[in-house]
Amino acid sequence: MPQDGTENSVVRLRRVSKLFSNGTLALDGVDLDIGAGEFVSLLGPSGCGKSTALRLIASLGDPTKGRVDWPKLPLDRHGKPVGSVGFIFQEPTLMPWRTAADNVYLPLQLAGISRAAAQQRIEAALSQVNLAKFAGSYPRELSGGMKMRVSIARALVTGPKLLLMDEPFAALDEISRQKLNDDVRRLWRETGVTVVFVTHSAFEAAYLSNRVVVMSAHPGRIHSDFPLVTARERDAFYRTSEDYRLACDKVSHALHDAMATAGGAHD
Amino acid sequence: MTDIASDADNKAAARHRRIIDWALRIAIPVGLIVVLLIVWSVGVQVSGVPHYILPGPGAVGESLVKDWPTLWPALLVTLKITLMALGLALVGGVAFAMLLVQSRWTEYAFYPVAVILQVTPIVAIAPLILIYAPSTQVALLICAFLVAFFPILSNMVQGLKSVDHNLLNLMELNGATRWQTMRYLKIPAAMPYFLTGLRIGGGLSLIAAVVAEFAAGSAGAGSGLAFRLLESQFRLNIPRLFAALLLLSLLGIAIFAVTSFISWLLLHRWHESSVRREN
Repeated sequence: MPQDGTENSVVRLRRVSKLFSNGTLALDGVDLDIGAGEFVSLLGPSGCGKSTALRLIASLGDPTKGRVDWPKLPLDRHGKPVGSVGFIFQEPTLMPWRTAADNVYLPLQLAGISRAAAQQRIEAALSQVNLAKFAGSYPRELSGGMKMRVSIARALVTGPKLLLMDEPFAALDEISRQKLNDDVRRLWRETGVTVVFVTHSAFEAAYLSNRVVVMSAHPGRIHSDFPLVTARERDAFYRTSEDYRLACDKVSHALHDAMATAGGAHD
Repeated sequence: MTDIASDADNKAAARHRRIIDWALRIAIPVGLIVVLLIVWSVGVQVSGVPHYILPGPGAVGESLVKDWPTLWPALLVTLKITLMALGLALVGGVAFAMLLVQSRWTEYAFYPVAVILQVTPIVAIAPLILIYAPSTQVALLICAFLVAFFPILSNMVQGLKSVDHNLLNLMELNGATRWQTMRYLKIPAAMPYFLTGLRIGGGLSLIAAVVAEFAAGSAGAGSGLAFRLLESQFRLNIPRLFAALLLLSLLGIAIFAVTSFISWLLLHRWHESSVRREN
């Protein structure tokens, strides 16, 4: 069962700042703990540093100040959590010369596992995202939503402890986005993986997450951080429920506050 | 039942359209060449131009058969130099490109040297190469290699550097070694660029083999088609000159066809350049 808590952190950011070479201060003194099994949404306007924070959590780059720790993840000799983090980018980021199955195989191949030994895990990962029939298809033969499912299967095939998603459904149509939101919730429940989901949609954050971290921009800081607990399961009925409306209301207000704060500070 | 039948009908109709399309793709250029040959033949007969200035296609064909014992060995020599130069350029270009992209310092150091070799006209370097090379054949090979090498190198470098940054991030996240990143990501991603370089390099290696022989000159048993062209010109044997020219064209077409086929073979499943557009 998913749970919150700083004692049980999978990722810990302490006073993290990130200054890019063009002079942009993307993050300024960010403190954040992600507990094991949480589904956390990082929400904020463009330029608030949410994608930068996600990349630092993934160990793609180092903070300019402060530190990022992964207390519960196995680390390599450079102190990076290699192999235990699944990352889903804004685009599906598939290799066009590989079939769906071969794309899913990539992380296992890099870990030195033979294709024959990996076959069962590849099939299971594709089945998890309802793409078992499309194992032999090339990315150009798949729709945008299906490509994103392959990307999710690739991220899950290694059984990661931490799944990082960087606005993965922003470019999809509404129907595909809703279906994928349901799939991500289901996969989170089934696998117990810790999820950090970056989005700029208050409605998506309200539907998916058990905790929302709202960020403000210029520079990127954490504006508010609150749990979203609902008694009922998030499904098609939840979308039209009073609970969902209230959750959306809460998240939207927090986002507007964060934008007003950033605007005031900026102006 | 009706749906299955109509599906089969649609597939049969699509297959029929594809066959007609392929037939037209062959028939149209062949038809145009036949028309040009007829115009050429009639033009020569009507104008009364002598054979030693402009022979008709019949005289060229006759010369091709009659002079085959001379032209065939020359064709083999040119083919050998072209293929060896292309092979060396492939190995050298790809290996050098992989070395250059390992660090920007190696690129800063070596890329200008490759550019200098490329921009200096091969005809101007040929006399020097002739002095230092142990034989004329080796000199021709070096000239052809130098010309074919650069397009393969520059395309391969461009391809290796044009990899999606998020895929590079993905490799890093999964702890890929430098060699794994090269093997599983950079080389396949560079394939369309490499194949463009191969097609350009294939054509250029033939051109360079001919130009180098013009510049270097050769005689005797090891002569290529370029020497036979010059020889025919000096002897005013214009039908043989046309026959040698025809063989060079056919050789160029064959190289283009083979490199295009290799390109299709490697890309047709996934790359936009080789996939039929369907709207």
